[in-house]
Amino acid sequence: MSIVSRVFAALLAPLVAVVAALVITSLVVMLVGGSPVEFWGIIFSRPADRVFVNIVNQSSMIFLSALAAAIGFRMNLFNIGVEGQYTVASYAAAVFAGAALLPGKLNILVSLLIAMAVGALWAGIAGVLKVTRGVSEVISTIMLNAIGTTLAGYLLLNYGQQYGSGRRTTPLERSSEFTGWFPFTNADGAVWTLVILAVLAGVGFNVLLNRTRFGFDLRATGMSETAAVASGVDVKKMVVIAMMLSGAVAGLIWMPALFNGAHYYGPTFQAGLGFTGIAVALLGRNRPLGIMFGALLFAFLNEQSNRLTLETDISPNVVQITQGVIVLAVVIAYEVVRRWRATAEQKAVTRKLEEARPTGGEAVSA
Amino acid sequence: MTATAPAPTTDEAVLVRGITKRFPGVIANQDVNITIRSGTVHALIGENGAGKSTLMKILYGVQKPDEGTLTVNGKQVSFSSPMDAIAAGIGMVFQHFMLADNLTVLENVVLGAEKLHGIGDAARKEIQTISEAYGFELDPDELVEDLGVGERQRVEILKVLYRGAKIIILDEPTAVLVPQEVEALFGNLRELKRSGHTILFISHKLDEVLDIADDITVMRRGRTVGEARPEGTTKHQLAEMMVGTELPSPQTEESTVTEQVLLEVRGLSLVNERGRALLSDIDLRIHRGEVLGIAGVEGNGQAELVETIIGMRRATSGTIELDGSEISAWDTRRRREAGVGYIPEDRHRHGLLLDAPLWENRMLGHQTLEPSVKGMWINKSGAHQDTERIVQEYDVRTPGVDTFARALSGGNQQKFIVGREMSSAPLLLIASHPTRGVDVGAQAAIWEHIKDARRKGLAVLLISADLDELIGLSDRIEVILRGRLVAEFDPQRVTPQDLGTAMTGGGKEEAS
Repeated sequence: MSIVSRVFAALLAPLVAVVAALVITSLVVMLVGGSPVEFWGIIFSRPADRVFVNIVNQSSMIFLSALAAAIGFRMNLFNIGVEGQYTVASYAAAVFAGAALLPGKLNILVSLLIAMAVGALWAGIAGVLKVTRGVSEVISTIMLNAIGTTLAGYLLLNYGQQYGSGRRTTPLERSSEFTGWFPFTNADGAVWTLVILAVLAGVGFNVLLNRTRFGFDLRATGMSETAAVASGVDVKKMVVIAMMLSGAVAGLIWMPALFNGAHYYGPTFQAGLGFTGIAVALLGRNRPLGIMFGALLFAFLNEQSNRLTLETDISPNVVQITQGVIVLAVVIAYEVVRRWRATAEQKAVTRKLEEARPTGGEAVSA
Repeated sequence: MTATAPAPTTDEAVLVRGITKRFPGVIANQDVNITIRSGTVHALIGENGAGKSTLMKILYGVQKPDEGTLTVNGKQVSFSSPMDAIAAGIGMVFQHFMLADNLTVLENVVLGAEKLHGIGDAARKEIQTISEAYGFELDPDELVEDLGVGERQRVEILKVLYRGAKIIILDEPTAVLVPQEVEALFGNLRELKRSGHTILFISHKLDEVLDIADDITVMRRGRTVGEARPEGTTKHQLAEMMVGTELPSPQTEESTVTEQVLLEVRGLSLVNERGRALLSDIDLRIHRGEVLGIAGVEGNGQAELVETIIGMRRATSGTIELDGSEISAWDTRRRREAGVGYIPEDRHRHGLLLDAPLWENRMLGHQTLEPSVKGMWINKSGAHQDTERIVQEYDVRTPGVDTFARALSGGNQQKFIVGREMSSAPLLLIASHPTRGVDVGAQAAIWEHIKDARRKGLAVLLISADLDELIGLSDRIEVILRGRLVAEFDPQRVTPQDLGTAMTGGGKEEAS
């Protein structure tokens, strides 16, 4: 394939998906009595400075969530439990950080490790259940979501600090907070320091999967479990490790917010990121770069939709339809493109063989 | 089987002289010469990639030759499209049918040829006439979607005849048929021949070619390398002409068996979770430089034996010793690292990552060994280079090492696997049905590699359903029946019939 057609093939699927999303969302907007022109006018207007900052912060969390899901997906493990894993991990890390057992920034570092460990353990339960009892990870992680959310709520209710009408964990000491980076005026808010976690996790994911033996084993298991077994991969061990790895990354999801904006686990905790992550992982084809674009797109749509409430009668929830259609369309379009490319490659090989062989002037014997 | 045919006439239906066809950088056909006598079935055989398809396309006007001449019924022709070929009386039936399922036989046949007999009763009558004349038994008003594969093929042939073709090219027509359908097709072809049609039959199934053809032309590497008549020609001779090398035979090799035992299995039993014994009390030893063949009807424990030795299943009892070390407690990876090469029975399920490039497939099963890795890191350039080496040494026909494994033909996938498994200086090579589903050329190459492994001092465990292959390659043959080794044979003296009897449990052989 020439470079032009390669680029074309790579961009075709996302382009088709976005066009489909535009068309279907417009129809929905018309159906609910709004004006698509007005709707898209608001969505595609230049975001305010404050909104820019929010988009970056939000996409870092969506990115981490999608990355966590992608680790499982690359091994054909459907970890639906990112939601529960980061809820439990966020609570545990907030409790530890609030206790201020360690000074300043060291406290942050250890809290991050605790978040990863708790997320890994929570996900590990599903991994162990799968390899020892044959429980599908889809079922067990969904159940663990409910258990995890309830558990964090129960602990907060019984051991948390009274705060307004709700409860919260002990707030961080000032020395364990980040100030962040202010690209615009102070009133527009800060880009969180731990947004860097998303970058590090993305790079780490790429190196681990594509450059290490472990990553090869993981991908091999995802591509063909039978071939992986025959090649000497201990698939049971891989399932548990991959689940725990996925959970460890999930544990980090809310950490940028904790140490920059939130300062405690309580009513301001942002739930639901675990499910957004699954959609974005699908959208990004489980590759860090794709996930990055997906996370930015989702965060952009979420933030821009807030203006709909103020300026129009259209519900901001319409944006969720857009997001859903994009994911569906991308999944379908990629599958179509993948089949098309597989056929094209097969043809290329056949052509090559038909042509490449008879070059030799070897002696004719018959 | 030319007994029923009248003496073929001597005039030539098609004369191909000095045809050469070049594609950028390569030559697909070089100085091809074929003489097809009128009123005969002429078989064109050759491996995949031997240039048959290109030649067919030239005959049917899809491509133009760079050099050489084409003479049809004594007239030199130059086709610029299939329309010209059809006008000259040449028709072609492709391997993949080109029929509209939701149309009737009649509609499919007249489609594109409406001017000949219209689309009504005249056309129906014509179709019935042709159908009856050659025993096609087709109802013009039946929907194509209700037809079986054999009937669809007859519709394709009918389409060609309806357009007045006297010379019919059939591209691997039997590939999609079951044996009964093949017989029926051959009956139709003989009818066609009797009525003066000429048939060019492209195939690589040698039995069928010997059955139906009057003349045979063999192609290899873009050239016509030989001609033969089915009388007095054997399958073996044809295969040799196609491949260009001698096929292995039992007598050609000196024994390389030594005293040193490399694999010793004692009292090996395997019981599944429902308590059924899959393997019972297996004892076997393979020496350095020895090929031990396991014969058996499929499903008698061969797969389980292999999977227990490689470590994918755990033996219920018994020991496995590799070069003096007891390995039955080891996992698959450790066994592979210790020098067990494995050519699996199902290469798609157990041997390859189909959607990964070849160089990554090079690592599969060797992902802890140089040159694919350095410590915990993947050594991409090392894996690349070593994959290039395998592609070269084992004649894997691929555009490059970044090509996905899925895109390669079965024979090339298998050659690649053999090359990979021979890479890490193994002690024991387990070859499970190594030539299943590969073409004759790859088969000969793989046989040669197994002999080579034996010469290099490997112990080889060969499982095969092909008794000729077992007899030709093994130093010793054990017969497995219901999970037990029941008989041992010396391949020099055993016949396939003896093996067949032992495999089905007839008699208590203890010959050697």
